[in-house]
Amino acid sequence: MESTQRTIQLLLKPGQHDGDGQRVAEAAQRHLGLHTGRVQSTALYTVRYPVTDAQLRDFATHCLQDPVLHEVALDEFRHGAEYKSYILVAKLPGVTDDEGISAQNALGDFLNEPLDTHTQHIFSKRLYFLEEALPEADLCRVAQELLGNKQINRFEIGPLTDIRDYTPRPGGGAEPITETVPLAGLSDEALVKLSKDNLYALNLEEMRAVRDHYTSIQAARAAAGLPTDPTDCELEIIAQTWSEHCKHKEFSALINYRDADTGEEFEVDSLFKTYIKDATAEVDRQLRANGNDWLIKVFSDNAGAVRINPDSLFVWKVETHNSPSAIDPYGGAITGILGNNRDPLATGIGGARLLFNTNVLCFGNPEFDGTLLSNQLHPRRIFEGVRKGIEDGGNKSGVPTVNGSIVFDDRYAGKPLVYCGTGAVMPMQLAGLDSWEKHIEPQDRIIMAGGRVGKDGIHGATFSSIELDETSPATAVQIGSPITQKLAMDFLILATRRGLIRCSTDNGAGGLSSSIGELATISGGAVVELEKVPLKYPGLRPWEIFVSESQERFTLAVEPAKLNELLTLGREMEVELTDIGYFTADGSLDVRFAGASVAHLDMHFLHDGVPRKVLEAEWQQPAAQEPTLAADLDYTDILTRLLGSLNICSRESVIRQYDHEVKGRTIIKPLMGATGQAPQDAAVVRFNFESWEGVAVSNGILPRFGDLDAYQMSAGAFDEAVRQIVAVGGKLPNLSYGDGNFWSVNDNFCVPDSVYDPIGNPDGKQKLAKLVRMCQALRDATAAYCIPLTSGKDSMKNDFKADGVKISVPPTVLYSMTAKIEDVRRTITSDFKQADDVVYLLGETYNELGGSEFYQLFGELGANVPQVRFEAAKALYTLIGEANDQGLIQSCHDLSDGGLAVALAEATFGYGFGVEVELPEGLPTHVQLFAESHSRFVATVAPEDVTAFEQHFGSRATRLGRVTPDGQLTVRHQGQPVIWASCAALRHTWTNGPVNRIIGFGQPETAHQ
Amino acid sequence: MLPGYKSVDGGHESNEPLKSASAEQPDNEQPPADGLAEEGSAEEPKEQQPTTSNQRPVKALILTGFGINCEEEFAAAYRLAGAAPTIVHLNQVLHGQVSIHDYDILNFPGGFSFGDDLGSGVVLANKLRYRKNDAGRTLLDDIREFVAAGKHVLGICNGFQVLVKLGLLPDLSGTVTPEVTLTHNASGRYEDRWVRLQVNPKSSTPFLKGITSMEVPVRHGEGRLIIKGTATLDAIEKRGLNCLTYADFDGSPTDVYPSNPNGADLNCAGLTDTTGRVFGLMPHPEAFLSLYNHPDWARRKRADSSISEEGDGLWLFKNIVEHIQRQQPAATTAPQGARQFSF
Repeated sequence: MESTQRTIQLLLKPGQHDGDGQRVAEAAQRHLGLHTGRVQSTALYTVRYPVTDAQLRDFATHCLQDPVLHEVALDEFRHGAEYKSYILVAKLPGVTDDEGISAQNALGDFLNEPLDTHTQHIFSKRLYFLEEALPEADLCRVAQELLGNKQINRFEIGPLTDIRDYTPRPGGGAEPITETVPLAGLSDEALVKLSKDNLYALNLEEMRAVRDHYTSIQAARAAAGLPTDPTDCELEIIAQTWSEHCKHKEFSALINYRDADTGEEFEVDSLFKTYIKDATAEVDRQLRANGNDWLIKVFSDNAGAVRINPDSLFVWKVETHNSPSAIDPYGGAITGILGNNRDPLATGIGGARLLFNTNVLCFGNPEFDGTLLSNQLHPRRIFEGVRKGIEDGGNKSGVPTVNGSIVFDDRYAGKPLVYCGTGAVMPMQLAGLDSWEKHIEPQDRIIMAGGRVGKDGIHGATFSSIELDETSPATAVQIGSPITQKLAMDFLILATRRGLIRCSTDNGAGGLSSSIGELATISGGAVVELEKVPLKYPGLRPWEIFVSESQERFTLAVEPAKLNELLTLGREMEVELTDIGYFTADGSLDVRFAGASVAHLDMHFLHDGVPRKVLEAEWQQPAAQEPTLAADLDYTDILTRLLGSLNICSRESVIRQYDHEVKGRTIIKPLMGATGQAPQDAAVVRFNFESWEGVAVSNGILPRFGDLDAYQMSAGAFDEAVRQIVAVGGKLPNLSYGDGNFWSVNDNFCVPDSVYDPIGNPDGKQKLAKLVRMCQALRDATAAYCIPLTSGKDSMKNDFKADGVKISVPPTVLYSMTAKIEDVRRTITSDFKQADDVVYLLGETYNELGGSEFYQLFGELGANVPQVRFEAAKALYTLIGEANDQGLIQSCHDLSDGGLAVALAEATFGYGFGVEVELPEGLPTHVQLFAESHSRFVATVAPEDVTAFEQHFGSRATRLGRVTPDGQLTVRHQGQPVIWASCAALRHTWTNGPVNRIIGFGQPETAHQ
Repeated sequence: MLPGYKSVDGGHESNEPLKSASAEQPDNEQPPADGLAEEGSAEEPKEQQPTTSNQRPVKALILTGFGINCEEEFAAAYRLAGAAPTIVHLNQVLHGQVSIHDYDILNFPGGFSFGDDLGSGVVLANKLRYRKNDAGRTLLDDIREFVAAGKHVLGICNGFQVLVKLGLLPDLSGTVTPEVTLTHNASGRYEDRWVRLQVNPKSSTPFLKGITSMEVPVRHGEGRLIIKGTATLDAIEKRGLNCLTYADFDGSPTDVYPSNPNGADLNCAGLTDTTGRVFGLMPHPEAFLSLYNHPDWARRKRADSSISEEGDGLWLFKNIVEHIQRQQPAATTAPQGARQFSF
């Protein structure tokens, strides 16, 4: 083998600009304070496939080299004479190497040989040369902090005189060994230790339940020829299936709630059932009673589904990928996106067409300049890595990223939150069957489709169910391959339309153990033959094969009679399909390797045997008070500072690196107007090119209000998402009989560890009480607006612990909403459209500056958190929908961070208009300008429509002023000017805020040839 | 059934047929005839129909698979321009189940073919150049024949990159040897932004006839055209092959970011070959089929309520479809072996 290892190096020709090298040199200087001198970047390909000298040369020059840009070096490491150090960046064994696989693809085409692209023969690497002779420690920092991640990459560094190569050689040749793990008679301490050592993430009570179960079935197992002790694979399956990630044990727990202020006590019999499932069932009753029966599937599949029209379904899911993103931001985010894409793809029969992605990200301050904890990545690095992961995950899949949100708070510096959402459409019928139903018969074959299995992502489900610490495992990290998934996606679309697939599911957390385990509940059992599972490399034990979370895989149930046609289609489309077993009805999950039993589990115990948790919650209203601010505040200066603040400033540099209009259907994009810089409230996407029907997408998230009142935080986030959709012209559901106006909402809770422990988590009861209150608000909001939840997710341990310090996220809930738009041509954008249009405030402002961005400028929290007044809000939203039907609204922007002043400024950013406003009597100036009271909008109206508009809204609309042609923002109160600013200057401050400075705008290079 | 709706998934047979599919459909299948689209609505513009009834529609073959991802809007563009688009998986062509010669225009859509890991378009171009079918022919052989027969080829974004890496553009030498390349934007990053293009008056390509400027989005990380040597550059300029130029707000060519989003030589956004029949561009005309794709649509509509609901990008497709219709005698041959694409 060694003798056939050859190397191809691509170098830029002299005179070609080395952008990559220049970026490395600049970043080393800027972020690490290291002077590298010039940096030369080169690409290396190591070929482990027998080729002749001539073949190698021709392959390199004809297939890899760009004749305009590159020169080629074979079996050497060529570099300029002035360089003194090197850094080689290779991948660790088993890490996805799309570039190597692509090169291999090219070699197969070039040689016209059927090269097996599922075994890696070509390995891609980057080789950098540095002008300065840096010490190893500095090279190591450049390598680990700028060029790669030690969880994924292998680095070789040093002086050029001492250059070393590295090529991964995966696999260890381990035997297919299955071991048993004696549980009988183990003490409590031993059970806890066993769980911790093996990353089962099961608590004592759960471990006892497993032990007791095995004790009770000893005789039966012996009689069946099975080992009496559980096998390693069985315990792994139980751990995956019972993980918080998969079973949502805390959302199902019995909670004893006590209000310490009032003494009130009550019991919550499952948060999920009480506040989410039952609330949605009630909404569904109301909908159906009013002729609206579009709610098709809720909480029971990979994604929720609602009916668009008699032929079509809309499928919608939002997931989180927090823990992996903390360790490997790029890999965590890209697998988050691709994994979430698989949810709608594998809902019901499967094969939905993806329509859009959206994402909401929570990071620590990217300008943090303190000391990091062990294994904590800098927030800027997490931000940049996650952003890049979303770019590649969305763009390379051809799914537009239509909107999103970024929230900064120091408490996300340990674990970031990475929410990924995907909307999709599918026909109501697929090959004559209801597309949303999953049906399986005994004897149906189990087919694994897509990527191969490696050690990547082992224990992801259990790992994400515990807090992160400095010893978190590297195998939990995965890298996505969007191209592999795109092939599988194209295949699924065709196979489902042809009726070749009974149903499908995603291989995500828990890998095959979860996907087959769940599908097997439909038929009542399954037999899996693990030796058939195609591996990336040898050396995996059976249990590892079964729980590995290697990406881009689907599990399909296929009728035996359709198998051949399916396999033929897979070959045609170059998607690997493997028959790995069949479904049964005997009530057991029977996993074998080459005929020997690896696991034999009772399905009932596996899915229903987990003991229920009982948790304590105690609420106490936090002490808070309103601050006293100086009387002579300069409101122009404050508005300017707000526009340049981290949570309000422009995200353009991020947004532009996401493709938000592939598919040609995006009608309201994140930034619009003639300038392309007016921020919008919700995205709008049409479904196809034949009709003007579409869907609006919004996200509501307001973690900082939770410091004052978790109930109002949750209610406010819900209202924020609703009002964003109302702002673009969406209508509330169920306003009239059979209006068919679907809404589909995902709730997504990300909270710190909320299980009380006197030493480890002394404020756990308070945290759980916050979670209960967040859920109560959710129930009240769904009922008030008659908006159903269709799917959701909870992530319960968002804490990062290292060096004796714990960083916990603030309790956070994201509501991701979608709503039908009847005619996208009647949607409304936020930017002012014409001079002399009249400006109105819709809704009411209250003395509610608590938690505002305004107070944040002064380092204050305040006390008066904004309240949601559901009935008043609903009435206003209904009025807005009616007004838009009459064409009365020219622009509409929802009020959120920074209040009225920020919304007015943003509405001028689309064109050169200004605005002239006189605040009404009543509340103090700063409250009117900066309070973040909910359910409010700035809207403009054509002069000729003013009478009709004012009659329609009555007291709900306050006339503020008019749009001006002069590009000035002027606000007066009681006759006095309180803000006087150039809109261009405000836009400049907003555009050059910290986010765009950190991510950087694309700039022409000085070395432009 | 409710009036006014269309299935959102009508395109689901778009990849038909692979080997196993058998049914052949009539040549000129229109969108599913539920007949319930609102009368006089813009859903099915009347002008999308071929102008004369005895003329067969222009047949556009659109390749997909392996990471190509703009095929649906590409097909919509042709349909709105009155042509009959067919989307096929690249393997159908490579394996000989579909012949490009049954079509009038061959289309390479945007996307990330094979992930663009070796440089955009490289692996796909390599496949077209080297992968031989059972008869020992490469697809490049077929494409050269196709162009020589007076037919047309269009590549957008990744498709443009493929045509360039394949040497089909600009092909000054006539030997399909790469003479220029497309590489990383000067900014070093992928960007989605709208740009203004100016049409080179020297260009004679039928795709751009009658168009002087257009607005379109760019969505690429590797769109910077680099031309090897001054001789090549001069030849391209002299023959007007640099048919599209990035322009600033007043229409003058610019090398200033972001009006020129990538720093291309000659500020060039698109190229034709010397015949004008092979055309490629980095921006996405197929993403601007309707007014409502434009970021400033709402203000423009407010300023002019009678503004056309068509986008600039559609002109280009209408141009080529009309051009081919004018060229061809009335004929009735149906494409063999491929089912019609339809929504």
